[in-house]
Amino acid sequence: MSGRFVRLAETERRAIVITVDGVARQAAEGDTLMVALLTSTRTLRDSEFGDGRRAGFCLMGACQDCWVWTSDGERLRACTTPVAAGMSIVTQLSTAGEGVWPRA
Amino acid sequence: MAARVIVIGTGPAGVRAAEALVEAGLRPTVIDEGRRDGGQIYRRQPEGFTRSYDTLYGTESARAAALHESFDALKGRIDYLPETLVWNITANAVHLVSGASYRTLEFDALIICSGATDRLMPVKGWHYAGTYSLGGAQVALKSQGCSIGSRVVLMGTGPLLYLVAAQYVKAGAAVSAVFDTSTLLQRLSALPKLLAIPAALKKGIALMGVLRKARVRVYRGVRPLEIGGSPAHGVSHVEVALQSGVPFKVACDAVALGYHLRPETQLADLAGCEFSFDEATQQWLPAIDEDGRSSVKGIYLAGDGARIRGADAAERSGRLAALAAMQDGGLKVEGLAALRAQLQVFSRFAAGLRAAFPWPARFASMLPDETIVCRCEAITAGELRRVVRETGAQEANRAKAFSRVGMGRCQGRFCAHAGAEVIAAAASVPLAFVGRLRGQAPVKPLPVTLVEQEEASE
Repeated sequence: MSGRFVRLAETERRAIVITVDGVARQAAEGDTLMVALLTSTRTLRDSEFGDGRRAGFCLMGACQDCWVWTSDGERLRACTTPVAAGMSIVTQLSTAGEGVWPRA
Repeated sequence: MAARVIVIGTGPAGVRAAEALVEAGLRPTVIDEGRRDGGQIYRRQPEGFTRSYDTLYGTESARAAALHESFDALKGRIDYLPETLVWNITANAVHLVSGASYRTLEFDALIICSGATDRLMPVKGWHYAGTYSLGGAQVALKSQGCSIGSRVVLMGTGPLLYLVAAQYVKAGAAVSAVFDTSTLLQRLSALPKLLAIPAALKKGIALMGVLRKARVRVYRGVRPLEIGGSPAHGVSHVEVALQSGVPFKVACDAVALGYHLRPETQLADLAGCEFSFDEATQQWLPAIDEDGRSSVKGIYLAGDGARIRGADAAERSGRLAALAAMQDGGLKVEGLAALRAQLQVFSRFAAGLRAAFPWPARFASMLPDETIVCRCEAITAGELRRVVRETGAQEANRAKAFSRVGMGRCQGRFCAHAGAEVIAAAASVPLAFVGRLRGQAPVKPLPVTLVEQEEASE
């Protein structure tokens, strides 16, 4: 799966690996979690209101449209959280029940 | 004067306010939500990134460097609290959260330099993944060296539309089109006011030159019709009505959207500052005097968080607000008159920008019913109109209670302006009559596992 964001500069940074929905993905040291995710995936989360996938909006901590879950159940605002090697992120809600919990 | 002075924000206004206080021998506490100083406009890239000031800030590189150097020089002489959110203000106290710890700080004077975010008009499909605010598109590039997509459309109006387009082009991003809702005629009629600052006007014209040279297609006088795409995969195209009325479609995988800026006024609201409806900008603004004094004793407002006049003006209004605070505290201050005179020139230029890139209020009544107005909770224009029709709600907070527009996690930052326009049009009342959404604490989501921070020993 190709990413949504395109890296145009600062491409010499050290690569790190994170896990996204169980799949190992490459990111770079200094990325925000949002950039780490969206350079290898197209979306960040499911809207709780049934209108589909979301990928953030304002990138400055104002819109709250980029909150993702860690596989431990912690919630992170992706645009203001620095990525760290080994992070495990869940971007999709469960298909079971009413689908309000992240898919572990 | 009492020593307890707090400055919120480290953009151009906050830094210059803190600097003026330090010059007078005070030691202010400077609180900022960001990891690094600079605010949005002079946002610093993360440690370890290597792009030059010239690459990052273009014609503004000297100003950015000067502001950063000034702030660096203040360290050690201020109490700096980065990565700290002010989530509420009560009588003479700010309530802070940093990570999972909270604390309260009392103040005698508070200078709020809260900055601005994009002013948004919804368009059908703007909830699809891949639509970002213009400011957000700029953050992606400036702070992270990324483009928001591989084929980007920039749409809306305002100076940021052309600035971000030019920055994207220079960085090597593929810009598929620029759609400006304002017309060339509006631009020309604003010229006398824009000539208040010839150098700024010249920079604006230079941005157009960058786009022309790169053969970026720029369309003026358009009306956005739809951001096309799918709930699963996001944006696939943009459709507009050209100035001639002819529909026109461009394929893309990302859209940057925005209509100039709106001040972040929640903190002023929580502090109890009076607001009034500003006819010129068609929005509610906290009342301030010439120097930035709010209606509440001891609370001062500066920068774009008070009035949208741009970064250069913010440096002046930040300093001026600090001088006003010190004057009210009984200190002798100098330089008020010069700063006031400079700000008048910036106000005139800002009026020119509003005339050149007007907020397209008329679009709100034309939004198809299925258009989402509230992105947080996916509430449509049709639902908001139904609430107005069936409940008779004409006031913003009442319509919010019935429709939930403005009740989501962004607290109305991105839907309140357009929502008020939809209500006004549906109820056939003037926009001022709709009022404004009350600020609510916490101004942003807080972790539920907060731990009280122990006081550092004095």
